[in-house]
Order: sequence, then C-alpha cells, then structure tokens
Amino acid sequence: MATSTGTPQSDAVAPEADGTGVRRRDFINIAAVSAAGVGGLVTLIPLVSQMAPSKDVLAESTTELDISAIEPGQAIKAVFRKQPVFVRNLTQKEMDEADAVPLSRLRDPETLEERTKEGHRNILVTMGVCTHLGCVPLGAGEGENRGEFGGYFCPCHGSSYDTAARIRKGPAPSNLVVPDYEFTSDTTILIG
Amino acid sequence: MSFPWAKHYEPRNPVMRFLDEKLPLPRLVYNAVGAGYPVPRNLNYMYNFGVLAGFCLVLQIVTGVILAMHYAPNSLVAFGSTEHLMRDVNWGWMLRYAHANGASFFFVVVYLHIFRGFFYGSYKAPREMIWLLGVVIFLLMMATAFMGYVLPWGQMSFWGAKVITGLFSAIPLVGEPLQVWLLGGFAPDNAALNRFFSLHFLLPFVIAGVVILHIWALHIPGSTNPTGVEVKSESDTVPFHPYYTAKDGFGLGVFLLLYCAFVFFFPNYLGHPDNYIEANPLSTPAHIVPEWYFWPFYAILRAFTADILFIPAKLMGVMAMFGAILLWFFLPWLDNSPVRSGHYRPLFRKFFWFGLIPAMAVLFYCGGAPAEEPYVMLSQIATAYYFMHFLVIIPIVSRIEKPRPLPFSITEAVLGEDKKAVLGENTKPAV
Ligand code: HEM
Ligand code: FES
Repeated sequence: MATSTGTPQSDAVAPEADGTGVRRRDFINIAAVSAAGVGGLVTLIPLVSQMAPSKDVLAESTTELDISAIEPGQAIKAVFRKQPVFVRNLTQKEMDEADAVPLSRLRDPETLEERTKEGHRNILVTMGVCTHLGCVPLGAGEGENRGEFGGYFCPCHGSSYDTAARIRKGPAPSNLVVPDYEFTSDTTILIG
Repeated sequence: MSFPWAKHYEPRNPVMRFLDEKLPLPRLVYNAVGAGYPVPRNLNYMYNFGVLAGFCLVLQIVTGVILAMHYAPNSLVAFGSTEHLMRDVNWGWMLRYAHANGASFFFVVVYLHIFRGFFYGSYKAPREMIWLLGVVIFLLMMATAFMGYVLPWGQMSFWGAKVITGLFSAIPLVGEPLQVWLLGGFAPDNAALNRFFSLHFLLPFVIAGVVILHIWALHIPGSTNPTGVEVKSESDTVPFHPYYTAKDGFGLGVFLLLYCAFVFFFPNYLGHPDNYIEANPLSTPAHIVPEWYFWPFYAILRAFTADILFIPAKLMGVMAMFGAILLWFFLPWLDNSPVRSGHYRPLFRKFFWFGLIPAMAVLFYCGGAPAEEPYVMLSQIATAYYFMHFLVIIPIVSRIEKPRPLPFSITEAVLGEDKKAVLGENTKPAV
C-alpha cells in the first residue's frame, strides 16, 4: 500500500476497482463496528452486575449460638444471613431412626455422620430453608408438624425431611443445607 | 389496512384540518376505533373483553402512579407506608383497593379474552401475530402482578417473592446464582424490593407498547367473529363507531358495576389476610398460596412430586408451569383445522367444554388448596389432560373432524338466506 497515490488506477487499490476482494473501507467498517459492538457489550457488565448482591449484603456476618439450653428432642431457630437456621438436639431414638435408613433409599444420600460434627452427632445444624422453593419448614418449633419422617415438614408444597433433615418425600431435590460452622466450645457454635 | 369500503376521515372545522395536516392524530383515532373502522356485524359479548382489558390497563396505570406517590420502596418502611396510605391519605384506601382489585379484574377480563380466542380460533391465520403478541402481554402481566404483590411487603408478599424466585433455582447449574442475582441477596430483602418496584412501575408501560402492536396487527385482518367466516362484503360489517362503541360502553358499565361491588363491598375478598402481617423472613405462613390468577399454573407446578427419569421433580414442575403458557405460542400451528369457530367444529367443541374447561377448573381449584391429597392427585390428572389437550387432542381432532357446513357469509348467518346479501349487493346494514 506504500505506493498508493489515491487514484483508482494505482496497483495498490486495484482490487476494489472490479468490486471484488477486500477494500480498505471494508476494513475500517468492520473495525469500527466491532469496536462499537465490543464497547456496547462491555457496558452491559455494570448493568448486569449491579443486580448482584452488594458489598453490605455480602459482608457475611457470622452467628454465634449458645446451644446448651436445647434439650434432647428440642430445636431452636436462629438467624444467619437473614435466613433461618435450625439447631436440633437429636434424641437417641431419632439418631437410630436416621441410621436405620439405607443410603440407597435416599434422594440425596448422606449419613447423619456426614451431616454433623465429630463428637457431636446429636447436634444437627441446618438452614431452615426448604430446598424446593425456599419456605421455612415446620418442625423446629414446639408442637409443629414434623411430617411423616419425624424431622421437618414444609407446608408450602409438602416436602418431608427425616430426623437427619434429609429429603424423603415431596418435590424438594436435596437435604436441608448444613451451613459452615464449628464448635467454639462444647456448648457454643459459630456459623459462617 | 382495513377494508376498501372503510369511511374516510374528513376534518370538519379549521382546527381539525390544521391538526390533520400537522399531526393526524384524530385521523388515527377515527380509523382505529371510530367510524373509519369496519367491524363484523355479528360480534357477541365475548368480543368486549379486548376493550375492557385496555380499560383495566389504564385503570392500573392511573391508580398505580398515584399509589407510587405515597409508597416507599424500602423494606424497613414499605409495609408501614401502605398502611399509612390506607389510614391517613385522603381516599388512600379506595385507591389501593382499586389497584389491588383492578389487578384481579384485569386477569378476569384477560382470561375471558384468551378463552374467546381458544373457542373462536382467533389464533389461526392470518391472526397468528395478534395471538403471539397477546401471549407476550399475558406473560408481562404475570410478571407485573407478581412484582406488584411483593410491594406491600406483607407475609404473602415476602414468601411469594421467595417461592417464585426460587423457581429459577431449579435451572441446572446456573439456577442458584441466578436466583441470588435476581434478588440481589440470599433471600428477598431491600435490594429485591427496590428493583421490583422499579420494574413494577416500568412494565405496565411496556405492556402498553405491546398492546399498541397487538391492535396494529389486529387492524390488518380485522376481528374474527362467532361464525369464523371472514368478512366478504360491506354488508358483513358495521362501523366501529357508533355500533361497537355503544356495545363496548354497555359492557364497560356492567364491568364497572361488578368491579365497584368488589372495591367497595368486598375489597379483601380476593386478597389474603396474611398480607396484613408484615414480612417475617423466619416464619412461613402455614398455607401459602399465590393470588388466585396464578392458581392453575401453581397447581401444575405442584403436580410434579417425584423425579421423572433423570429430571428432578422440582425442575419438572417449573418447566411444566412455564411450558403450560409457552405452549400457547405454538397453538396456531398445532391446530390445523381450516375452520375457525368452535361452533362449526363438533369434536373440538366437545373437548373444549368437557375437557379443557373442566381441567382448567380443577387446576384452578387445586392451585388454591393445600398441598395434600386428594388435590395433588387431581392436579396431576388435570395437568396430564391439559398438555394432552394441546399437544395431542387438538392436532388429531383438527385432522379427523368433519366440520358442520359453514354459512356463506356473515350476512347470511345473521339474516338467513338473503339473496341480495349473498350477492353482496345489500351494502347497507339491513337491521
Ligand atoms: C399491568 C398493570 C398493573 C398490575 C397488574 C398491577 C398489579 C399490582 C398488584 C397485584 C399490587 C399489590 C396490591 C396489594 O396487594 O396491595 C400492586 C401494588 C402496587 N402497584 Fe401495581 N399494577 C399495575 C400497574 C402499576 C403501575 C403503572 C404503577 C405505578 C406507576 C403501580 C404501582 C404500584 C404500587 C406503588 C403498589 C404498592 C402499593 C400497594 O400494594 O397497594 N402499579 N400492583
Ligand atoms: S418450598 Fe418447601 S416444599 Fe416447596
């Protein structure tokens, strides 16, 4: 192109004279439209990501709980990230019931061991959020319906969880979620 | 656009002439809903619901804009601000009841409008685009009403928002991040409330835009009519004004009587008492149900209780629920019968009245009932029928059915075998 004189007859611009081949205009055209296109797409990033949880929402608070007052067979409701958490002190009978179920019968196979901390297999900590569409299941409060399997029952669309809070019946796809937590002492846990 | 015999607009005075030259808006109105728009002469009252739906949209926009003057979309004060509206703002209670019941009546009207289309084959060529735009409007309405219901931030608002956005979490892989993104958090909270308010304000105007396209598309072939026979000559039509302005006006009066009966005498009948309790993220109401107009689809959602093959029950339910509406997009191509009106389709008509309508009624009933037997089983049967109806029965019926003989023209159907009418010479409306 160094010899280009700008006259249509010059060698450098010959390809465009017969209307075939790539013209310089084509290059400018494609480059300009691509730059504008990419630029346009990039502006979508802030438009889309502003919808995601903001920093304050993400600033995960942790929740510390004293569980010494929970009698066997009882449960409490606490709050973690503005969502309910259930802490349940299982009775021996409830633990036996959970152990008696063969894993092959479960929709989301997990043992009670895997869902509790070592040395505290009677303390079951789960989110109180049904894995179907997010209702708070019943069963943590005194006298609430615990469903067919003695754990939790979600009244919204009828999901039943067993004593290890594993899904047994109804539309929910998985077990109640066990959040990250640790025992900070024998009677306190730190969630988050 | 329109028929060749449509009357032409003639501005009567200098002001209108001036306007017509600079911005022919009166001309547009004249040709759209005035004497310049010829309409089949035999439309029955089922054809009133389009105009009524338009009225409802205006009603919602007017009352909604006013509510927005008093409402505060912040999760700390939203509930209080609607109570303030109800108790302290002059006529606030009336405006809120008008808006809440207006949404319900909007759906009543639109459902009847859709069923009119199902029965009279309005979705068939050449009106496919009108139908498709109609389904788009219906989807937008559902989104708008859902987000509106969240705004008062009562218990049902909150749990409705949670459950409905939870639907998205059923989508494999991206579902849960998508739900978090939609809500701007892990559960509905201030971020969700704010964006729902913004969108609830916006969407009705988007609907208004699509309504304009819907009517534009309608004015190319014109309306169907109960015979399903297309307009052939001028004697088949009457001008929209004064004939249908009068008929629609009467329909509007009846509508307003019923609507006002609810607004003033049973304002909470269609609502749910739990929504007068402020949102509590830690306790789900014992019996959560959406607003009545979502019940049939909610029943379909809940009908799937066991995994089917490798598809989890939750995903099946969500797909079926959306599929139940998306199916309507394909209706013009599922129903191949050349005969439009159900009147002349003996078999179609049986399945319509004794199949589809009862199935919808059962779904409607079960959607509002608790998630227990026998409702679950009933919804399963009705859901199965619903999909069968559209995907199997309609295509087969449209092949095997022998339709009843059609009248030669609308005029003949109305006046009997009038020779002059048949020849198309009877150009003035004869009644
Ligand atoms: C397609 C039209 C519309 C539909 C179907 C609709 C539906 C609804 C519904 C179902 C509610 C909840 C009512 C309640 O329980 O109190 C609501 C609330 C609300 N809507 Fe709309 N709406 C529409 C248009 C609008 C428009 C255009 C605006 C504003 C420009 C608006 C502003 C509001 C406000 C501020 C509230 C909260 C106050 C309240 O709950 O009473 N709406 N809407
Ligand atoms: S949300 Fe629990 S069963 Fe649907």
